[in-house]
Amino acid sequence: MLRYAIIRLLGAIPTLFVIVLMSFFMMRLAPGGPFDRERLLPPEIEAVLLKAYHLDEPLWMQFGRYLGGLVQGDLGPSFQYKDFTVSELIGNALPVSLTIGGIAIVLAAIVGIILGTIAALRQNSWIDYSVMGVSMTGIAMPSFVMAPVLTLIFGLTLKLVPVGGWVAGDPRYIILPVIALTLPHIAYIARLTRGNMIEVMRASHVRTARAKGISEAMVVWRHALRGGLLPVISYLGPATAGILTGSVVVEQIFGIPGVGRFFVQAALNRDYTLVLGVIVVYGVLIVLFNLAVDLAYGLLDPRVRYDG
Amino acid sequence: MAKKFCLLFCQVLTLGFFLALGLPISLGAQAEMILHRGNGAEPESLDPHKGTGVPENAIYNDIFEGLVRLDMQGQPVPGVAVRWDVSPDGTTYLFYLRKDARWSNGDPVTADDFVYSLRRAIDPVTAAEYGPILDVIAGAHDFRLGVNKQASSVGVRALDPLRLEIKLAAPAPFLMGLLAHNIAMPIPQKVVEKFGSQWTRPGNIVVNGPFIPVDWVPQASLTLGRNPHFHEAAQIKLDKVIYYPTENIAEEFKRFRAGELDLTYQIPPEQADLIRTTMASEYKNTPLLGTYFYTINLTRPPLGGDIRLRRALALAIDRRIIVEKVLRRGETPAYSLVPSGIAGYTHAEMAEAQWTQQQREDEARRLYAAAGYGPDKPLSVEILFNTNEEHKRTAIAVGAMWRKVLGVQLQLTNQEWKVYMQSLSQKIYQIGRYAWFADYPDPATYIDLHLSTAGGRNRPGFKNPKYDELFEAAAHSANAQERFGYLRAAEQIVLDHMAVIPLYQYTSKRLVATRVKGWGPNRLDVYPSRYMSVER
Repeated sequence: MLRYAIIRLLGAIPTLFVIVLMSFFMMRLAPGGPFDRERLLPPEIEAVLLKAYHLDEPLWMQFGRYLGGLVQGDLGPSFQYKDFTVSELIGNALPVSLTIGGIAIVLAAIVGIILGTIAALRQNSWIDYSVMGVSMTGIAMPSFVMAPVLTLIFGLTLKLVPVGGWVAGDPRYIILPVIALTLPHIAYIARLTRGNMIEVMRASHVRTARAKGISEAMVVWRHALRGGLLPVISYLGPATAGILTGSVVVEQIFGIPGVGRFFVQAALNRDYTLVLGVIVVYGVLIVLFNLAVDLAYGLLDPRVRYDG
Repeated sequence: MAKKFCLLFCQVLTLGFFLALGLPISLGAQAEMILHRGNGAEPESLDPHKGTGVPENAIYNDIFEGLVRLDMQGQPVPGVAVRWDVSPDGTTYLFYLRKDARWSNGDPVTADDFVYSLRRAIDPVTAAEYGPILDVIAGAHDFRLGVNKQASSVGVRALDPLRLEIKLAAPAPFLMGLLAHNIAMPIPQKVVEKFGSQWTRPGNIVVNGPFIPVDWVPQASLTLGRNPHFHEAAQIKLDKVIYYPTENIAEEFKRFRAGELDLTYQIPPEQADLIRTTMASEYKNTPLLGTYFYTINLTRPPLGGDIRLRRALALAIDRRIIVEKVLRRGETPAYSLVPSGIAGYTHAEMAEAQWTQQQREDEARRLYAAAGYGPDKPLSVEILFNTNEEHKRTAIAVGAMWRKVLGVQLQLTNQEWKVYMQSLSQKIYQIGRYAWFADYPDPATYIDLHLSTAGGRNRPGFKNPKYDELFEAAAHSANAQERFGYLRAAEQIVLDHMAVIPLYQYTSKRLVATRVKGWGPNRLDVYPSRYMSVER
């Protein structure tokens, strides 16, 4: 298993390289650069700035320089936020994104699985229909619709929580973004769990367990859930990566200083190094979560082994 | 046992819940007076030589104090300098510094600090974007370009710790406005040299203004606390000022309505009518020193080669409809490049400014026909603007007027900001939306846009020797009225040639909560926190 993990991690290096390569050159293809300002820079000042950031060198040389830095963990200076390096900016922003994303995904998994299981066990009852009805709405409603509605109700009308902003360590600022992030995933996980549970509950090993006289709760817990959750696990991997990296919209709406917000601003500002830095971090996260899912598969499904 | 745990768990949950809802589990403590300011963008830098925008400028005005500074009316008033003498020829200034000016670490602010800071601002190594506006100082231009590498050749000299001499290359009646700009603010040499690029971090940073940065979470907030060493610290009412980046206008508006912000940076355009009617006492709509205009690429035919066409287009626009029906936020029609409101300067005007719209349209049709265009040979033009709902609505309205009055065929092209900037610089456009704001209140900041030596900054590619001469003459004139006369004549030339089509004068659109006292409107859009207080 360890061997498998190491091989997978090594295999990720070429993937990341291609991601960096593509992003680096695509970013440069975009018209306009970091120093294209309304107040056009005098040529002598532009020359100094280009030199300072090595933008006067040929592209391949800049790419080599970037890779060299990357290997040593140096993501370079930010072009826009001149008082910070990219590593500092991401270092500040990542914990924020991880906090919100982490809570959201855990909540989505717990609530989604519980709801889905209940719906499956009470198939075609009013509970089932209401859970599934609500999930359909949850899936259909994108977070950029959900988020303003939430702020309107809980922030502006009921005044229970702040409508935006971020104060480190203050849980009030976490509530709405987490809800906005987690609802669509709760809905999706609930549907996924229900579908699989219904199938698994009819499977032969569950029937055998029942025939042995094991209590229904035990049957569900020990025998059905393990199999029923496999598709949920495989959904959770990409979903976790997606929720951590894709909270761009939610971060914008709530004014949260997460990685997503830097990503958007950096792309608009042509802050090349910051964009690349975020992409590298996102890439690593996605690779790691996919690996985690595959490893979890091995633990949950006796049919999967990573010994070879 | 399990039950006990359960109970404890529930208790913790409940407590957490109440804490989370912010219900009054307050721990006493005297309430601090805090001003929450929406500030548009995340500041580029807290180094006053590096930041360039309105958001940064707002912060610099709170944390640094130049020889002169801006008051709430946007007027330059004595800052670190208490008074100054000017030589009869207007080129040598002697500033007397206040004895009680202190850095936030207690060190005195001296003339040497200004010598260091002004030299750094124009040092080629610093590459300060606003460095060129200091070229008015003797020797600054050559030093900045590296022609002369001797920093001592720059006309800034400390006679003693409290007397600073600034020698100018030419008289500059606008010098006080310029010295209030952030590029001329002092920075602490020892701290800059000790911490390098980290000097602006809270903890490292040393300032000489009324407030000092104490906490900075990029993309979340910048918190300023009081500077106890500030010479007027006793008069400062606020304990804290917190700046929030509010790039998302809708979020800023919601936070203001929820009472989380006291001041906003802007208003959501689509809510303008609602705000005007329901938030009248909080909505502050102030004219600014900024002009919105269409710049015409003179290097490209047919507009570039035929002044009649450009004039026809300029006259066919009914500016009153644009400001009253399309924008509806206090803007005023503009027939000049330089906006109204610069003390002592009467801007030039398009010859037809005082005509009725009917007369203008008749003349437009006449010129259009004279240029050889008509229903069977319509002119087709393209307006380029950066992607933005307001620019789009304006362009659609202008296009409709051109079509209705002249029968012009129009294409609208929008580009993302950086792409649009590049298109303008490289002159890949025909008619481009543009705007210009005064960095300091002086007409020359508009006139120098169209000098033949201005390179890419000269968006239309305007070249006129007489215009350049007038600008030169103004630059060497010691008499303010005479200087304004030259600049006005130059402005008239650019309007007569219709290198740009002025549309309207900008306004600032902000929300100020009624609990904020001491806020005042001004044309520079600068609101120093030192004058404000919050009565909750």
